[in-house]
Amino acid sequence: MSSNPCETCPANAQLAQMGLKIEKFDRIVALAGNPNTGKSTLFNTLTGLNQHTGNWPGKTVTRAEGGYEFNKIRYKLVDLPGTYSLLSASQDEEVARNFILFGQPDCVVVVTDATALERNLNLVLQVMEITDKVIVAVNLMDEARRKGLEVDVRSLSRDLGAPAIPITARNGEGVQTLLSTIEEVINGNIQTKPLRVSGTDQFRRSVEELSGMITALIPNIPNARWLAIRLLDGDARVEEALVNGELADLVMNQRQSDLRLSSKTALAGNQ
Amino acid sequence: MSVLTNENLTPQDILAKAQKLRPQLGDAFRDEIVTSLYGEAERIAQRAVHTTKDKRWDFDQRIDRIVTSPVWGLPIMLLLLAAVFWITIVGANIPSQMLATALFWLEDKASGLFTAWGIPWWITGFLWHGIYRGLAWVVSVMLPPMAIFFPLFTILEDLGYLPRVAFNLDFLFKKAGAHGKQALTMAMGFGCNAAGVVATRVIDSPRERLIAILTNNFVPCNGRFPTLIMLATVFVAASFSPVAASFVAAGSVLAVVLIGVFFTLLVSWVLSRTLLKGEASAFTLELPPYRRPNIGRIVYTSLIDRTIFVLWRAVLMAAPAGAVIWVLGNIYVNGNSLAIYIANFLNPFGVLLGLDGVILLAYIIAIPANEIVVPTMLMVYTGTGMMIDLPGLDGLRTLLIGQHGWTLLTAINLMLFSLLHNPCATTIATIYKETKSAKWATVSVIITLGLAFLVTFLTASFARLIGWA
Repeated sequence: MSSNPCETCPANAQLAQMGLKIEKFDRIVALAGNPNTGKSTLFNTLTGLNQHTGNWPGKTVTRAEGGYEFNKIRYKLVDLPGTYSLLSASQDEEVARNFILFGQPDCVVVVTDATALERNLNLVLQVMEITDKVIVAVNLMDEARRKGLEVDVRSLSRDLGAPAIPITARNGEGVQTLLSTIEEVINGNIQTKPLRVSGTDQFRRSVEELSGMITALIPNIPNARWLAIRLLDGDARVEEALVNGELADLVMNQRQSDLRLSSKTALAGNQ
Repeated sequence: MSVLTNENLTPQDILAKAQKLRPQLGDAFRDEIVTSLYGEAERIAQRAVHTTKDKRWDFDQRIDRIVTSPVWGLPIMLLLLAAVFWITIVGANIPSQMLATALFWLEDKASGLFTAWGIPWWITGFLWHGIYRGLAWVVSVMLPPMAIFFPLFTILEDLGYLPRVAFNLDFLFKKAGAHGKQALTMAMGFGCNAAGVVATRVIDSPRERLIAILTNNFVPCNGRFPTLIMLATVFVAASFSPVAASFVAAGSVLAVVLIGVFFTLLVSWVLSRTLLKGEASAFTLELPPYRRPNIGRIVYTSLIDRTIFVLWRAVLMAAPAGAVIWVLGNIYVNGNSLAIYIANFLNPFGVLLGLDGVILLAYIIAIPANEIVVPTMLMVYTGTGMMIDLPGLDGLRTLLIGQHGWTLLTAINLMLFSLLHNPCATTIATIYKETKSAKWATVSVIITLGLAFLVTFLTASFARLIGWA
C-alpha cells in the first residue's frame, strides 16, 4: 500500500515514549474499543505512563492522555473508556462518543479482542460510521493462538475497508507496524474506504437532506452524516445536544479545552 | 435545498425535519440499522476467524463453571478472601513489631540527643513526640499489611477474578433493587472508595448509580484494612492459642467485610424503596478471560500506585494529627491536659457506644483521613501522658486492656465503627463532584455516621444486657 517500503520498515522507525509531555503535539490519536480489550495496556506501552490496567471491563471511566513520538512526529494519545456501542447513554460511553465526534482526532485506533472479534466488530462498524480515519488493532493475538483461533487480517482489512493490524500489546508484538500504519493513514498514504450501512434510496436521501441542514446550522461540524442518522433514529441525547447548543459549543471548544486539561485529566485518570 | 439559504435556521427546524422524514422511512428502519450492523459484523468475523480447536475444551469455561457455579461460587470466594487476609496477618505481624521497635528506638535516641544539646523541651516534644511519633505509628501499623495485601489483591484483579465476584453477587443486588454492576463498583471500593464512586459511571440509570455511590463506603478501603487487620490481630485473636490466633484474626476481618457487604445490600434495599424508588434494570456483564498476571505490573501497581500512595496520604495526615495531639496533651489547665478534659467530656457518649472518650477524640482529630483513626488513637493514649511506656504492638494490648479497661467489646465496636463511619474527606469530595449535589454528599455522611452510631450502640447495649461486657 505504501510507495516506498523502506520508509515504513519497522527497523527504520523510532518510538520515543513521551509520558505526560503533551503540551506540543502534531497529531491526536484516539484509542477506542470494547471494555477489557487492552486499550490501557497499549496506551502504557506507547506512552511509558502507568495508567492503571486491570483485567475487568469498565476500569477506565474517564479518558487519559499521554504522548509518544514516532518518526519525529509527536502524537497525543487519548485512551477512551471501553464501550460496546456508541448508541446508549451511560456516562462512560458518552465520554468515548463525544471524543470521537468532537475531539477531531486525526485517527481512531479501535482496539479489538482477537478472541471475540464478532462482538468487537459492532463497535468498529459504528466508529467507521463517524470517521474515515480508522485503524483496527486486533489485540490479544497470543491469547487467540492459545485458544486455537486464526485471524485472517487481510480478509478483515478488505471487508472493512480499513487497515487491520494484529498486535499483542502486552509484549509489544506488532506495535511498530501499528505505529507506521497510524502515520500513513493520517498522511494519506493509506486510503481508507470504511464500510457504511447504505440502506434504501429513501434512507440515503433523508440522511443527505438532514446533514445538509446540520452543516448549515453548525459550520465546520464533522460527522454531520452520523448525526443525521442519529436524529432520524430519534436519539434523545443528540436531540438535546443540538437544541441546547452543546453540539456547537463542543465543536468550538474541544481543541482548546483539550490543550488546557490534558495534563490534568491524565493525572486524574491515573487512579 | 432552500433551507441552506435560510439564515434563521434553528435546531427546532432540524428536529421537525427529522420527525417528518422518520415515518417515510418506515417503522422497521431502526431495527434495520441495528440488524444490518450485527449481520455485517457476523459476516466479516466468520470470514476472518478460523478455529482449529474444539471449543468444548475451553479451559476458561471449565474454570468458570466451578468459580461462578451457584453452589461453589460463594464458598470459593469466601475461601479466597479468607486466604488473602490470613496470609496478610501472618506475614505482617513480625515486620510490624520490628518496625515499631526500630522507629520508637529512634524517637528515644533522637529526643535524648536534642535534650543533651540543650534544645528547649517543647521543640523536642513537638517534633519527636508529636509529629515524628504520628508518622512512626502510621508506618508501623499500616505499611507491613499493605505491602502484603495489595500485591495479593492485585493478582486477583489481574487474573480477572473481580468480574466473577460481581457475577456471583448479582442476584443479591437485584433483590436489593440495585444494579448488578454495583457489585463491581463495590469490589473497586475495596481498593479505594473514592475510586469506587468514580467507577459507578458504568451504571446507566441515575437512580441505581446514586445508590451505588451512597453505599460504596460500606466496604473497607485499602486505607482501612490495615487498621482492621491490626485490631483483629492484637485484640480479637490474642486470647486464643498462638496456632488458632491467625485463623481467628483472618476470620474476624472476613466477618467485618461480610458485615460491610450486608450493610451495602441493606442500605441499597432501603434506599430503593424510599428515597430512590424503582426497579432494578437488566444488564450484561462480560466475564473476561483469565490472564496470567504480569509480575512486573503487579509489583508496580501494588507497591507504587497503592502502597506508596496510601501510605503517603496517611503520613501527610498523621504528621499534623500528631502535632495537634501533642499540643492538646501538653497544655495544662488546673493540673490536667486539654486532651484529658476533652476525652473525659466525650467519655460518657463513647461508653454508650462501647468505645471511650479517647477513641472519639482520635476520631475527631482524624476526620480528614479517617483511615488513621487507630494510629491517632494510639497517639492520644501515648502522647498525653496516659501511657508512659513506648510499647511494641504486643505490649500495647496489655496496656490498653490493663490500664484503660479495653474489652473484646471495645475492639469489636471499634472495628464496626471504622467500617461504618463517614467516608474520608476525599471520598466525600468525589461524591460531591460526581453527583454535583451537596445534598447527596451530605446524605452519604448522615447515613454512614448514623449507622455507625446506631450499630455500635446496639452491640454495646446487647453485650451489656447479656452481661458479657
